[in-house]
Amino acid sequence: MRTPCVATGLMLAILSAQPAHADDLEWFEGGKLVLTNGVTTIEGTSGGGIATWATIAGLEMDNGVGVSGHATIIELPDYGWQSHGVAVGIANRVELSYARQNFDTRDVGTALGLGEGYVLNQDIFAAKLRLLGDVVYGDPLLPQVSLGVEYKRSLDGDVAAAVGAARAEGLDYTLSATKLFLSRSVLVNATARLTEANQNGLLGFGSAAGAGHSLQFEGSLGYQLSRRAVIGAEVRTKPDNLGLGEDDWFDLFAAYAVTDNITVTAAYVDLGSIATFEDQRGAFLSAQVAF
Amino acid sequence: MLATAAAAIALIFLQQAPAEDIDWDAEFGVEERERDPATGEFPVDPYEKSNANAGAEPFANGRLAAAFGGREGIRRIAERTVELSEADPRIAEIFVAHDTVRLKRTLSEQFCYLLGAGCDYTGRDMRATHDGLGIRTADLNALVENLQQAMREAGVPFAAQNRLLSKLAPMSGDVVER
Ligand code: HEM
Repeated sequence: MRTPCVATGLMLAILSAQPAHADDLEWFEGGKLVLTNGVTTIEGTSGGGIATWATIAGLEMDNGVGVSGHATIIELPDYGWQSHGVAVGIANRVELSYARQNFDTRDVGTALGLGEGYVLNQDIFAAKLRLLGDVVYGDPLLPQVSLGVEYKRSLDGDVAAAVGAARAEGLDYTLSATKLFLSRSVLVNATARLTEANQNGLLGFGSAAGAGHSLQFEGSLGYQLSRRAVIGAEVRTKPDNLGLGEDDWFDLFAAYAVTDNITVTAAYVDLGSIATFEDQRGAFLSAQVAF
Repeated sequence: MLATAAAAIALIFLQQAPAEDIDWDAEFGVEERERDPATGEFPVDPYEKSNANAGAEPFANGRLAAAFGGREGIRRIAERTVELSEADPRIAEIFVAHDTVRLKRTLSEQFCYLLGAGCDYTGRDMRATHDGLGIRTADLNALVENLQQAMREAGVPFAAQNRLLSKLAPMSGDVVER
């Protein structure tokens, strides 16, 4: 009977040898399709360049943890923008991110009485939860939908108060829907944002005159040229709580996944009037590393 | 305790070695599977054949099929996808002990049918076929990447590649289990 014992044992072993996936979380294993983690927005969330999407940062799928890091510069006629940050994606369900924005006022600093080259800084801590749907899979008409909250803290409360903002910190709430329509190679995103931020929060939140949260819209349209390349356009509406003539934002972007882990984004951005200095149109350049 | 253990061990060694000529497969009711000499495929349990098993409606005209190199090109892409997946360390294990001779044929029929190239799909439906395979979305992504590679190698334009994927992506719910 010894031989059959061994044989049965072997057979049982073979029969029970399931596809050997660990059921516990995998770290930085990857698994997302290229570009389906989006790139990084100026707020550090995953999305397009200026619009937050329903995507979750990092390359993990439902069984893993992923991360991403990014740096962005925007070169404008009168200002210079630099931001950087990190994001963690958990099980393609939760995104936690941090970004630091540094906004160099250059000569305008003198004109505004801040001093030559005064830099406005802001920290943004954000969390996003995927509620339902999938960017790529499932019902072709059911988008991936995510809910986000962003805690923004301007580090220049004095300046914010001087221009008439009510607070130096505030919360943004976002509800995003994103879908890749494979039959047309088109990616569509629509985001509703409840915000009281002035120029993203760099000029504080709300107004001393009582302006508070208002509903704003972010839209993105992308066309997939290849597995690695996408071009598109974005729009983002903004409130004008301070009466400084704050404008809506537009961009035309091209994103390219140099490798499965590195994505570079170049864009032409039109940020309109910033602190009464008009026509702030320029170049946006961003690099993202994700695992 | 010790005595029982010792007795058990003694018993094991006292057992007779089995006769050499016992057919253990028959003894344990293991059915011998034999490949069909003509097709090279293992037989499968009976099921109702229908194009509805392909999981989606085909494209109405055959123009897309031309971008895939017609029926012959589609067959090569399906076979290449299976070959890449069998050799892909991320998902190879899932294909072990499955009849990939048949899979190559039925997958090629499915693509051919969906692309409007005039084939009938004779395989099983997606839910029944993938039941119990333990497929995760990450595995599906790996398969999609292999299909994309096969299509790229065959020179299928990217927009046309996505047209085929647009038929397959909605089937994820039937394929992914966890
Ligand atoms: C939407 C995506 C998928 C489609 C359209 C698809 C299509 C098919 C088709 C047509 C068959 C043959 C059915 C038959 O012969 O009766 C099949 C079988 C099979 N598929 Fe998929 N498949 C998909 C995803 C996957 C994935 C992600 C894996 C694993 C990584 C996988 C692994 C298998 C295996 C192992 C078999 C053989 C099952 C058996 O022998 O019983 N499939 N698939």
